[in-house]
Amino acid sequence: MSRRSLLVRSVVAISAASLALAACSSSGSSPSSSAGGGGTVKIGFMGDLTGANKALGINIRNGAKLAIDQYNATNPATKITLKEYDSQGDPKQASSLAPKAVDDGIVGLVGPAFSGETADTGAIWQEAGVPFISASATRVSLATNSWSTFHRVLADDGFQGPGVANTLIKALAAKKVAVIDDKSEYGKGLADAVAAALTAGGVAIPVREAVAAEGTNVPNYSSTITKIKGAGVDAIFYGGYYAQAGPFAKQLKDGGVTARFVSGDGSLDPAFITGAGAAAETAILSCACALINSAATGTAKTFYDAYKAAFSAEPGTYSPEGYDAATVFINAIKEGKTIRKDIAAYVGGVNVAGVSKQIQFETNGNIKGGTILLYEVKSGKIVAIGTSDSPTP
Amino acid sequence: MKLLNPLRGKTLPWTGAFEAIGVRWRALPRVARWIGYLAMFAFAISLPDIPNLADIMAPGSSWQRILFFPISIYVLLALGLNVVVGYAGLLDLGFVAFYAIGAYSMAILGTYHGWGFWEVLPVGIGGAMLAGLLLGTPTLRLRGDYLAIVTLGFGEMIRVTANNVDYLGGPRGINNIPRPPSIGNVSFMQYGVLNSRPYYYLVVVAIAIVIVIMKRLEKSRVGRSWTAIREDEDAAQLMGVPTLKFKLWAFTVGAGVGGAAGVIFASSNSAVRPTDFTFILSATILAAVVLGGAGNLPGVILGAFLVAWVPEAARGFSQYRVVVFGAVLVFLMIFRPQGIWPSRIRAAEFKEGEGGIDRLGGEVGVVQAQAGAADS
Amino acid sequence: MHNLLPEFWASTIDGLTQGAIYALVALGYTLVYGVLRLINFAHSEIFMIGTFTTVGVVTAFGVTAPLTGLALWGFLLVAAVVAALASGGSAVILERIAYRPLRRRGATTLAALISAIGASLFIQQAFSLRFPDAVDTTRVLQKSILATVGTGLIRADKVLVFLGAIFMMVLLDRLVNGTRFGRAIRATAQSADTATLMGVNIDRIVMLTFLIGGAMAGIGGMLYVIFFEVTTFSVGFVLGIKAFTAAVLGGIGNLRGALLGGLLLGLIEEYGASVVGAEWKDVISFSVLVLVLMFRPTGLLGESLGKVRA
Repeated sequence: MSRRSLLVRSVVAISAASLALAACSSSGSSPSSSAGGGGTVKIGFMGDLTGANKALGINIRNGAKLAIDQYNATNPATKITLKEYDSQGDPKQASSLAPKAVDDGIVGLVGPAFSGETADTGAIWQEAGVPFISASATRVSLATNSWSTFHRVLADDGFQGPGVANTLIKALAAKKVAVIDDKSEYGKGLADAVAAALTAGGVAIPVREAVAAEGTNVPNYSSTITKIKGAGVDAIFYGGYYAQAGPFAKQLKDGGVTARFVSGDGSLDPAFITGAGAAAETAILSCACALINSAATGTAKTFYDAYKAAFSAEPGTYSPEGYDAATVFINAIKEGKTIRKDIAAYVGGVNVAGVSKQIQFETNGNIKGGTILLYEVKSGKIVAIGTSDSPTP
Repeated sequence: MKLLNPLRGKTLPWTGAFEAIGVRWRALPRVARWIGYLAMFAFAISLPDIPNLADIMAPGSSWQRILFFPISIYVLLALGLNVVVGYAGLLDLGFVAFYAIGAYSMAILGTYHGWGFWEVLPVGIGGAMLAGLLLGTPTLRLRGDYLAIVTLGFGEMIRVTANNVDYLGGPRGINNIPRPPSIGNVSFMQYGVLNSRPYYYLVVVAIAIVIVIMKRLEKSRVGRSWTAIREDEDAAQLMGVPTLKFKLWAFTVGAGVGGAAGVIFASSNSAVRPTDFTFILSATILAAVVLGGAGNLPGVILGAFLVAWVPEAARGFSQYRVVVFGAVLVFLMIFRPQGIWPSRIRAAEFKEGEGGIDRLGGEVGVVQAQAGAADS
Repeated sequence: MHNLLPEFWASTIDGLTQGAIYALVALGYTLVYGVLRLINFAHSEIFMIGTFTTVGVVTAFGVTAPLTGLALWGFLLVAAVVAALASGGSAVILERIAYRPLRRRGATTLAALISAIGASLFIQQAFSLRFPDAVDTTRVLQKSILATVGTGLIRADKVLVFLGAIFMMVLLDRLVNGTRFGRAIRATAQSADTATLMGVNIDRIVMLTFLIGGAMAGIGGMLYVIFFEVTTFSVGFVLGIKAFTAAVLGGIGNLRGALLGGLLLGLIEEYGASVVGAEWKDVISFSVLVLVLMFRPTGLLGESLGKVRA
């Protein structure tokens, strides 16, 4: 009898204790979403800072950091701190960082950098009412989730696909194009968009293949190159990152393929030229982003100089977009908006001049207007050659 | 002889405590043990809400979220793999395949065909078990190391196929998978976006159920056959144990647990993609099982907790964490090859000088040392 | 099927080139497995060390343009020796730190496998700290076309990779089957206990096994760098799995099996890719492995290292 009652009592006690704990938690879990008046507010950054594509993440972070440092240097009433959330580009890590960022009380987020992590965390930002502006996520479907807090400062793959196709058809007069991708979330998406636009434009795609690539590994493209050679194409479009695009271009040339190499924003990096060597010459790279280099003028030149002074490096791909995304939040805070709801409302109706372009959003979060910029490798340098509407390679 | 074998008999000083706990625990009366189980369950349930624990355990990310993923999901996976590796002594390097099958079952049936979580759960478990049976039937005849490469290949085949087939979403995977239906009106049962607690509770309940099943299996004829196969397959066969049948059992049961973990993960995360199912995950779960103590449930749970949590806790050193993880694995295997908290039987096997499964070749140093000890 | 015939010669040449590298790396798995019954999972990192060493040699030589004649042969010799020493030495250190203590304790293969995975992660990630991005190297050997067979190009670098690998394997075969050391290795593989009683120093033989296997991977790494002109910290992972598959395919523990398995795997991948698409390469090679094992459970040539006869 005594044993049994001991058991019963223990069970009752334990269940009561755990219920009480659960009850506490449900009442005490609402974080402070307002940062209070004056003082400082927190802006978050989410992206890859230590993973395989950290170059892109660091570019964006540096752009955003520059904008915020410049703002703080003016001694405003409300200062801004940039909190970094390093997702390593992994959607699962992003999912465990996002609730933390919400709890930390960030009032806005520059990011997430990549489309995958944006797709997985979008619902969290939306639920918490955190306005988020991505500087680099270009997947079309991100804008179809009815997330009112979602924005991006560059045109999506829905523009880049037709833009690239237009360049291939009009400027290069391509009749047959091989479309290859790296089986990554980004590469396949872009390659599919390009292939669809090419087909719509009456271009034949005799080779549509993928060679999976992970991290910085370089696969052997031999069988794909044999197929491309056999098909006698006018150009090759590669959807993927520079780590593979460079060696792929090189292997193509060594395999005796002379067709023009065309790729997207993932390959828009000086490392593409290092990897491809002489095979990089005349390659065309497209991007919805603005690449600002020493040839820039006006506000872009000011940005270039400030960036170089701050990080002793040239601004990279997406640095201007990171700067612009942060600028939108800074303008909101300048207007005295310091809580998520007010900032989100401000961002929805923003209209400011960024260093990359005029920043104004559609209701679904996309940037108004969509320009695809083209670059060509000439004598080992990436040179701007206009927009996809009027390419001049 | 010390010169020849300087490490023999050396072990990490504090690890003996775990065996002591085991001995004490088994000496307790049944009622006390049941109270202990309940207390552990209550402790697990209260983990997200212990004051200040989040700041200590997860300074850089959301404690509640990492309790659900990766910690509790890894625990569930490790319990499944433990059946294959710990109980039956089979080397499986592609366990992630079954997890993927469960997850993609949930993704396809839930997203494309509108099935609910509870309807998919048995299908996902069944699908994974069927896959285990189909893979196991031809391959379990192979010796240990061949099994390792075949399972590794199977895991990669599943991932590559998911990556290549557009119906399965390709590299983007499948999004907007229906979450488990909310229960009643209480907040800790609302399966929403921000609050990870309900998902964590769901996995804890699943873990509890799996533990009960495992405990029953351990003591059954099946469990004893597994032990026999692990210790000496040929002897077991001679004694009339249908080894292939019981190896298949182990494979299938393990696969089922992996499948369940997959269904829960897919539904809770609301998205799956092929990169969730890489070989590294298989290796990590295997490391969890062996590190914790293959065959011993508390050990396996501890191991899974460690491999899931340490990288999160070391977030500030994210560049170095994998380096440290690798070094720790080597270090622990050198000083504690039976795992941190091995089962009684396995510990005894190790004391005899062989921990079940195949021994390494070229262990002559040991033989010499023993012979030397006998002489002196 | 429509792609296989027109691409047959190209696929064959590329398959043999890739397969030769698989075979060289597979040798390390096979040797260690034959002697220790251990899957040396960290062998892929030994290969990686070989590739980085070669890049270092290219830099040290100050190569700016493709070499020819004597300079080329001199470079190849130096690079081969340095890469073999670096990889072989690393393999010996690996054995001392990660495996020997376990061997002494008579630990399970499972514990050794975990130790191997740990060592692999450690080496790989340690390199990633120093070399986070891919490292490109200048061209050492002009990729001139020597002949064309159908659609296939017989290119100088492919010939070098293939012949280099075959040469190394013949050398190794002579070593294992024709010398005292080789006899000791084979004796140990057959029965470590008996070999000890016959006066073979097991620790030395194990060390030698790792040294030779590592050296082969180092030379594989050198050929890889000359062929691909790039390397990265994770280069060994996929290649290691393929090489291990090749070793199992041919019959693990069997030197000639590793050669056969490597070349076959290279060919299967290329033919398969030309028929169903490059994205299915891995699925094809593993399917073939499973099929072969179902009908020949110990690989194509059977497994014992001890039973290899000259």
